[in-house]
Amino acid sequence: MHKSIIETIRDTLRSEMARDERVFILGEDVGVLGGVFRATDGLYNVFGAERVIDTPISELAIIGVAIGAAGVGLRPIAEIEFADFIHSAFDQIVSEAAKLRYRTNGDWTCPLVIRTPYGGGIHGAIYHSQSIEATFAHFPGIKIVAPSTPYDAKGLLRAAIADPDPVLYLEHKKTYRAIKGEVPDEDYIVPIGKAQVKRAGSDLSIFAYGMMLHESLAAAETLAHEDISAEVIDLRSLLPMDWETIFESVRKTNRALIVHEDTCTMGLGAEIGARIAEQAFLDLDAPIMRVTGPDLPGVPFNEIGEQTFMVNAQKIADAARRLAAF
Amino acid sequence: MNLQTFLSPSITDIETLELDMYRAMLLARRLDERMWALNRQGHGHFAVPCAGHEATGAGFAFALDTTRDYLVPHHRDVSALLVWGLTPRDILCHYLGKAPDPAGAGRQMYAHWGSRRLRIYSLSSVMSGHVSHAVGIALAAKYRREENVTWCGFGDGSSSKGDVHESMNFAAIHKLPIVFCCENNQLAISVPQSKQMAVENVADRAAGYGFPGVVVDGMNPLAVHECARVAVERARRGDGPTLIEAKVYRYMPHTSNDDDTRYRTREEVERARERDPLKTFRAQLYAEQLLDEKSETALESQVRTAVDDAADFALNAPELNAADTFKQVYGVVR
Repeated sequence: MHKSIIETIRDTLRSEMARDERVFILGEDVGVLGGVFRATDGLYNVFGAERVIDTPISELAIIGVAIGAAGVGLRPIAEIEFADFIHSAFDQIVSEAAKLRYRTNGDWTCPLVIRTPYGGGIHGAIYHSQSIEATFAHFPGIKIVAPSTPYDAKGLLRAAIADPDPVLYLEHKKTYRAIKGEVPDEDYIVPIGKAQVKRAGSDLSIFAYGMMLHESLAAAETLAHEDISAEVIDLRSLLPMDWETIFESVRKTNRALIVHEDTCTMGLGAEIGARIAEQAFLDLDAPIMRVTGPDLPGVPFNEIGEQTFMVNAQKIADAARRLAAF
Repeated sequence: MNLQTFLSPSITDIETLELDMYRAMLLARRLDERMWALNRQGHGHFAVPCAGHEATGAGFAFALDTTRDYLVPHHRDVSALLVWGLTPRDILCHYLGKAPDPAGAGRQMYAHWGSRRLRIYSLSSVMSGHVSHAVGIALAAKYRREENVTWCGFGDGSSSKGDVHESMNFAAIHKLPIVFCCENNQLAISVPQSKQMAVENVADRAAGYGFPGVVVDGMNPLAVHECARVAVERARRGDGPTLIEAKVYRYMPHTSNDDDTRYRTREEVERARERDPLKTFRAQLYAEQLLDEKSETALESQVRTAVDDAADFALNAPELNAADTFKQVYGVVR
């Protein structure tokens, strides 16, 4: 079926809740309203107030309560309304959820999914546009996925719900309705920790995820008309990351361009770049390059300011041309 | 040898209850003293004394059904943990961070409890981080129509944090089967209650959430027990949470790394010794002729044997090995 990402998430939540009574949703406005983006639209009517819990504005409690319920055998899906608000629950995620299995030697565990919309480009300004992945990717014990297609949105959400550990499921809010694609009706899982080659190429490798995957694919299309063959890899899982697929691509193209909307300094690009330098140094014909959001505290509300911040196909293509010409 | 081996087979009357509470309190105190001694002898890096909190732990633990109720404990709830089924060996292995430590095979410092088998939830070092977890456990009970109750302990220090507010509010909205118990020893390490809050009683805050708040003498196990019994019954019949504030006194420094002479006088500590529950409750048992010299000597000897056995066991127990240090970061995806 041809669907948008938001429809796919909603349908997957519905089918997983129908399949497994342990699965329930809690978050702000997820019930009667159906979520501010309508990701849970209709679920309240199907499953009722006990399984689609409208919470007070209490991000800490949303995550903390979910951790406790997960510990005794339920499968909570906690929604943080905007990723920008997750930091009130930062302690619960990094000090509790991420460490519970390790600190108890596997006695107590935390099979928890945290869904949250992230990213800019929708006039969300400083507090409705942030990318938060790098902050959380520093903490062993949690997993982070960031689907860019409807197919992966379903497969990764099902994998996250089935996973025995806490999974941060990041939804780029610009992809919600802009990105559509085929979603099979049958059950399938996209394993956490596997990247995917979205477009094969030979001159350079572009590594991206979320909305940036689509900007990178658009850039690759432009570059193709200039006889620059860009390989585009959708990372899909950010923690753990599929290093083998990354290295394999670099061994083939000998040039690496990492793209993320998140700010540059100490971002995922730094880690990916360092790993490539450690593991595939002799395969490189050019310095590793990054195209990222600028090191600014936030995405400005003003249209020009927002566009200045956002990474797009043109910026990616410009960097790729320089990399190819090096 | 665990506490259960010298508890009564069943509690049928108040006398049996009193004796069992005293047994739990005494074993907790003697374990506490042993850990402090071991620490001063160079065994173990970190002791967290429970002295002064034993009556509260014993009081509430006997008001719950340890075969189905969950304990999300206060760090100093040793007497309650013994009633729940942790053994002196478990406790001293946890103290020394040895491999048989049930809380995490030596990954966490002492007093960070946990045992899934016994329904004791895991604690971190972040104050009040566990309170919302207790609410989640209680939510799961309601969700599954189970009749278990969750007991959640925390200190006066923890009570100042936002976790406690968000958790109590959430539990109240859903009328969850939970009892919050603030064990108020009037000190957040060194900071006295007067610098922690502008109110006299933490329990007064319960009114702001719409459930009862009760102040009880936490040095009196029977008073705590009665208070806990009422709160547990209320929770179990679906009427929602209660906040119990047990006023206690912490006789020892915060931990073995603390120097309490910097923030309180010896005179104050000595004065508080008059209210020591081990002393006052013992006197009560003597007065009620539930304890005499002969039976006390026998009990002390039993406790001593259990503590000696646990110390020997823990000192000789294997360490967490280097390879195991890398285990249990993630589980197996099926």
